[in-house]
Amino acid sequence: MVSMNTYDPEGFYDELFTAGGVPRHGAKLLVEKINSLPQDDLFLRQKEAEALLLKMGITFNVYGKDEGTEKIFPFDLIPRIIPDEDWQQIESGLKQRIYALNEFLQDIYNDKKIVRDKVVPEDLILSSQTYRKECEGFTPPKGIWCHVTGTDLIRDRDGRFYVLEDNLRCPSGVSYVLENRMVLKRTFPAVFAASRVRPVDEYPVKLREMLEYLAPQTVENPTIGVLTPGIYNSAYFEHSFLSQQMGVELVEGQDLVVDDGHVHMLTTKGLRKVDVLYRRLDDDFLDPLAFRPESVLGVPGIMEVYKSGRIALANAPGTGIADDKVLYAYVPQIVKYYTGEDAILPNVPTYICRDDKERAYVLEHLEELVVKAANESGGYGMLVGPHSTAQQREEFKKKIVANPRNYIAQPTISLSRVPTIAGKGIEGRHVDLRPYVLFGEDIYVQPGGLTRVALKKGSLVVNSSQGGGSKDTWVLFPDENKD
Amino acid sequence: MLSRVANSIYWMCRYIERAENVARFIGVNLNLLLDMNSGTEQHWSPIVMTTGDQELYEKKGQAYDEASVLWFLTFDREYPNSILSCVAAARENARSIREIISPELWEHLNQFYLDLMREDSIRFALQDPQKFYHVILMRSNLFIGLMNNTMSHGEAWNFARMGRMIERADKTSRILDVKYFMLLPEVELVNAPIDYVQWISVLRSASAFEMYRQTKQTITPKGIADFLIFDEHFPRSIHHCVTQAQKCLYNILESPKGPVHPVGKLLGRLRADLDYMDIDEVLELGLHEFLDGLQVKLNNIDLNIGTSFFNIQHHAFSESRQQ
Repeated sequence: MVSMNTYDPEGFYDELFTAGGVPRHGAKLLVEKINSLPQDDLFLRQKEAEALLLKMGITFNVYGKDEGTEKIFPFDLIPRIIPDEDWQQIESGLKQRIYALNEFLQDIYNDKKIVRDKVVPEDLILSSQTYRKECEGFTPPKGIWCHVTGTDLIRDRDGRFYVLEDNLRCPSGVSYVLENRMVLKRTFPAVFAASRVRPVDEYPVKLREMLEYLAPQTVENPTIGVLTPGIYNSAYFEHSFLSQQMGVELVEGQDLVVDDGHVHMLTTKGLRKVDVLYRRLDDDFLDPLAFRPESVLGVPGIMEVYKSGRIALANAPGTGIADDKVLYAYVPQIVKYYTGEDAILPNVPTYICRDDKERAYVLEHLEELVVKAANESGGYGMLVGPHSTAQQREEFKKKIVANPRNYIAQPTISLSRVPTIAGKGIEGRHVDLRPYVLFGEDIYVQPGGLTRVALKKGSLVVNSSQGGGSKDTWVLFPDENKD
Repeated sequence: MLSRVANSIYWMCRYIERAENVARFIGVNLNLLLDMNSGTEQHWSPIVMTTGDQELYEKKGQAYDEASVLWFLTFDREYPNSILSCVAAARENARSIREIISPELWEHLNQFYLDLMREDSIRFALQDPQKFYHVILMRSNLFIGLMNNTMSHGEAWNFARMGRMIERADKTSRILDVKYFMLLPEVELVNAPIDYVQWISVLRSASAFEMYRQTKQTITPKGIADFLIFDEHFPRSIHHCVTQAQKCLYNILESPKGPVHPVGKLLGRLRADLDYMDIDEVLELGLHEFLDGLQVKLNNIDLNIGTSFFNIQHHAFSESRQQ
């Protein structure tokens, strides 16, 4: 029998246990269930779940070596559980943060008040690779820029949640949230029902409502599409899944043309006008006439149509500036500036390498710090100090000195852990949390999100491209018997 | 619907139909081999001939023995019409339109592909080929059944079915052409005594033996050609396939005004030929010449489906690509 009675959190904050063998309040039923399973049953269920994911073709493409091969996104059967009181804080914190970042985007592309008030230095904005001059003076439909966000949160040893990264461009992973949930319901139906887990399934409905809200008011039944780079993109499954769940067209750049001031799809019956696109293509590739001229994935002329208000794009081009990793350090001030409130969710303390003093500190302490490039994602362009070699540190030292604007550093956080299947046992593995936020008529936070887990023992890197997997995330309803 | 999507679903079905025909033909031949005691070359070369790809095969410098032919037709990824290549291509098409097809259909096709890709599937094919090719046949049939029962019979489904019917008509014509040529090289022999085992295998290559028996008393080459070309009800006869393809086209165009449409014109003419010709006329013309002409017509229909639905040239489109 696999027993979790001997499970040891080893001094880390554990999402399911308060101490060795003692489950947290909301995790009791789950732990009892796992403890009661016959020998090897848990591993068998894990194998079945993986086979199911492969059969359903829930795979991503691997970049780099073995180009074109598909893998299932590794998945661990033991869920992460978030009690209601923690969730309340996350939800209100995210709403506050996304609201403020949206105000920020509108401001810096228009009045630039925040720059004039010297809260954020102007050169920092103008020097960012993700700042889009093309968007200056523009207000997107309904004044919304960041329609879909996936904010990365981590929990430190002290049990506090911190924002690690804002992802305001094309955050992916929400389809795994929905699929993981489906698998878990099949695997632990009784525990699932008794634990009172909040549902996540309404996400595609909310996403569609948000997209409809963006359509020009004169259009009665707007045509909506999901714009994908195509089947070789690592998130293709998600694009296809979301368009299927929303009942909208999945289009590639080659399916769209600009004609007569509108964007149209090429159909078997001729051209059909498109009103809203949920685009999963980075700004750079969106329009070869406006951005990268060599892009064949995008739609020539779409930016002109967008700026004339004849098509809505989610997310708006230009949102990347708000998730520049250097600008990230200013987000608490940005929140304060636009809402008058302190940020509910704190940032991880961040050293900005363009500042001479902070850079000197970073270069002295590379061994303890995590260093990140301003515009990289997916766990690339990153140095985890405590796990690095002297040679890697030397390389990063050179990079930082050569281009200080492009780097930040943060103390290494001991990410919280969740019991995870490892071989024929259960061991703690580090996790983060990416909840998904939709900004339409109001701001909606999906109760749950993607729990990414670093499957390698001791590793702190949770990205799927770097050996990470995912878990289902159970946000519990408020406790009925609390009072 | 999107032109790209229509194109993908059309080809998805053509590829599966192609894979099924290869599998059936191999299966029948394996069975036939058990009743024969002549050299193997003359058994395995016609199988490659029906694919129309002898040149590709011979370029590889392989002999026409069982193992080489089976590997080529089943697993060779360099050969675009091998069963594995076809199923992989069908699945690749399906992957790009999985929001359009039903999840059941997608999962089935994905599993079909994953199983063929397994290392031990080659061993399975060599150890128990009868069973192996039977499984392929059944998976293709399950594919069609799932498509009919889990997908709405709207535009996408009609494109799918049209693709399958055109592919099937082409394959039936090739089987008949090659076998007729081999078994009956001279027209005068039409009424000479025939090798029943061989002719029954022609019918079986189109899953047609039992159904043939229900409509015709005797097994004759002429009767077989008549059945496979002109029978109105048998699902693999050329006449039936063309009629069904025409229906699909009408459904896609949402009107029976087929003739004004370029594809409608071509399909209509071919249908009229099949409606008003009979087997005596065909034999007089020469079966091979007739079937050859038919294949050219089917190719032309396919080309026109491409230009009128899949690759619509749009002026803004071409201009912007030139910039």
